Amino acid sequence: MPAVEPGKEAPVIRIFAIALVLGALVNAAALAAPLGDPTAVKSEDGKYFDKDGNPTYKIQADGTVDWYTYSGYRRYHSDCHVCHGPDGEGSSYAPALKNSLKSLDYNDFLGIVAAGRKNVNTAQESVMPAFGTNPNVMCYIDDIYIYLRARANDAIGRVRPEKREPKPEAFTKAEDACFGEKR
Amino acid sequence: MRKFLTSTVLSTAAVIAAGSAYANDELIKLSQDAKQWVMPTGNYANTRHSTLKQITADNVGKLQVAWTFSTGVLRGHEGAPLVIGDMMYLHGPFPNPVFALNLKDENKIVWKYEPKQDPNVIPVMCCDTVNRGLSYADGKIFLSQADTTLVALDAKTGNVVWSVKNGDPGKGETSTGAPMVMKDKVLVGISGGEFGVRGSVTAYDMKTGRQVWRAYSMGPDSDTLIDPQKTTNLGKPVGPNSGTNTWQGEQWKIGGGTTWGWYSYDPDLNLMYYGSGNPSTWNPKQRPGDNRWSMTIFARDVDTGQARWVYQMTPHDEWDYDGINEMILADQQIGGQTRKTLVHFDRNGLGYTLDRTNGELLVADKYDPKVNWTTGVDMNKSSQNYGRPAVVPQYSTEHNGEDVNSKNICPAALGSKDEQPAAYSPDTGLFYVPTNHVCMDYEPFRVRYTAGQPYVGATLSMYPPQGETNMGNFIAWDAKTGKIVWSDKEQFSVWSGALSTAGGVVFYGTLEGYLKAVDAKTGKELYKFKTPSGIIGNVMTYEQGGKQYVAVLSGVGGWAGIGLAAGLTDPTAGLGAVGGYAGLRNYTSLGGQLTVFALPN
Repeated sequence: MPAVEPGKEAPVIRIFAIALVLGALVNAAALAAPLGDPTAVKSEDGKYFDKDGNPTYKIQADGTVDWYTYSGYRRYHSDCHVCHGPDGEGSSYAPALKNSLKSLDYNDFLGIVAAGRKNVNTAQESVMPAFGTNPNVMCYIDDIYIYLRARANDAIGRVRPEKREPKPEAFTKAEDACFGEKR
Repeated sequence: MRKFLTSTVLSTAAVIAAGSAYANDELIKLSQDAKQWVMPTGNYANTRHSTLKQITADNVGKLQVAWTFSTGVLRGHEGAPLVIGDMMYLHGPFPNPVFALNLKDENKIVWKYEPKQDPNVIPVMCCDTVNRGLSYADGKIFLSQADTTLVALDAKTGNVVWSVKNGDPGKGETSTGAPMVMKDKVLVGISGGEFGVRGSVTAYDMKTGRQVWRAYSMGPDSDTLIDPQKTTNLGKPVGPNSGTNTWQGEQWKIGGGTTWGWYSYDPDLNLMYYGSGNPSTWNPKQRPGDNRWSMTIFARDVDTGQARWVYQMTPHDEWDYDGINEMILADQQIGGQTRKTLVHFDRNGLGYTLDRTNGELLVADKYDPKVNWTTGVDMNKSSQNYGRPAVVPQYSTEHNGEDVNSKNICPAALGSKDEQPAAYSPDTGLFYVPTNHVCMDYEPFRVRYTAGQPYVGATLSMYPPQGETNMGNFIAWDAKTGKIVWSDKEQFSVWSGALSTAGGVVFYGTLEGYLKAVDAKTGKELYKFKTPSGIIGNVMTYEQGGKQYVAVLSGVGGWAGIGLAAGLTDPTAGLGAVGGYAGLRNYTSLGGQLTVFALPN
């Protein structure tokens, strides 16, 4: 399975990379490595990574969250919560992602969001769409992952993060590049 | 109501005598028989009032479950079944099964229809795969499937008579609303306001499925079927290009204004009434202008689709206050004279009373005292802001801007009321309204449109008004004066359509799953029974074999099931607060069942 190097490629390129490795990702989901320690060991331009190089959150003692956790909170509650419920808590329609992220690793997560998922059984038909072409999701996929990872590890509660680190310049640059437009 | 019906009957007779044939005589006649429930709205006026009175305020406490039926689907069950003669026609959420049950033969399944639909339509249905019901006319049952296929089924056999595709789920176009038959046409709307769908209403020929007209909510006059001179807004001609000139560039092409609510019809005026939904996106900064005609009440000629009058309730929406809720037609005494009124409880928290002949605004008042985004609507006819709500800057997400979290806005995006329809009793002169009592924080931000993908652009969190714990109320409203007459607290939003009866009893369901009966005059609770799942369906009634029955679908879901399953949090409780308010999942679980009640023998 080709490695996806977080934080090194422009997000828009990453979308294509994900598309290329999707088959492998989905097949590998069952063999996914353990989730690993979410502790942030390094930071690049306000974005934090764990010892395996996967994106993660950083919550300070006074409750201040890193920008990406906050951004993920916002994006989750725009594009995900209409099915998965507020705060990753699940709903009558779709599962609680704060629980799903306890058994899905970063690569599993990227694969499912980009390609979608079908879970059809005798009781119900659950279908998640493929968000691979949606810039409002894919340009912020690390942000959403980081937020849900924080929820899965009970690092933040259900309420909106009140205090946050400032928006990094690198974030705005990546956003412009990913959207393919400046404002 | 009696007065209204009489005048309808008389004028219908007059029209027939004049030789202009009514293709749906049958339907008008059927709808006057209280033993049947022949339209998803009960009647064209959408009053959801029945003249049946075997069940009364005195005996409703003895109500019992008479029979039950499972749809086999575990999703949000909205709408209500039809009863035509001895047959009941029942629908379900995706995959949209339809059952024909013989009420005279132990409710035996006479036929079942289940369309084959691509399950990829499921995730483009914002907020659950609900369906709000069927229509009947001309020996056919009409179903508007999730994938926008409108199908006519032979009411006797369930065989497909014709089928037509109304939209493209690949672009996020789906269907949740019930079709409605008016004259010889089947009217259907479209869902997808969170996918940048441009809303429209389409009329299909009842006999063949041929498209007769389509009217968009925004776009050039040729698309909106708006006549710059003849179509009026608050008494004045709208002028040319009203569906494009309050939009930046070509944003109207993905402008929203979807049409997924209930449709009413006045046969005397030959006008149909409905509302359009939110403009896309939820980020108001990205779409400057009034965004006409999103958030608008439309009165259209049923034969041509041409708009007679329009009224935009929430210009340049900043909160997702869709205007799709039902328009209830009732004749009321206002200012010493009988007015042909239209009453509408909008998501924005205002209860509107208009003259339905010309769109004149008579009353616009808050039907939940907590509504705070506006100080009220300008009722001064000589004001340049006539008919506009005055927006409070503190709660204006446009004023506060992108990346700013506007707090404590009431109501929340789900509105003081959503699609769950109210009822009107001509006996008491009161409207019975299921309401949400929920506020929100709302933060808009930048988004980009991709066809068939969510196009939302805001994040929000919801909670009850400060200092209160009840998330819903069931109220009685006087639409002549704009006043709440009584209000019953409910723990959760009331997401079930109400039924009013001549027995002096009003029925509604709750999200915990209770069917409740209350006194129409006082609101006093007279009966409750907990059904297997939360109720987001509409209560209906019929008579069979000399006995009055009351029926309701259970099956929690919809926006309510998604937003309230886990409970709401209290944003003032600080970091780490968990589940400040009750979670619906502690009270009920998924289901899909019709429960039918009657008095004991």
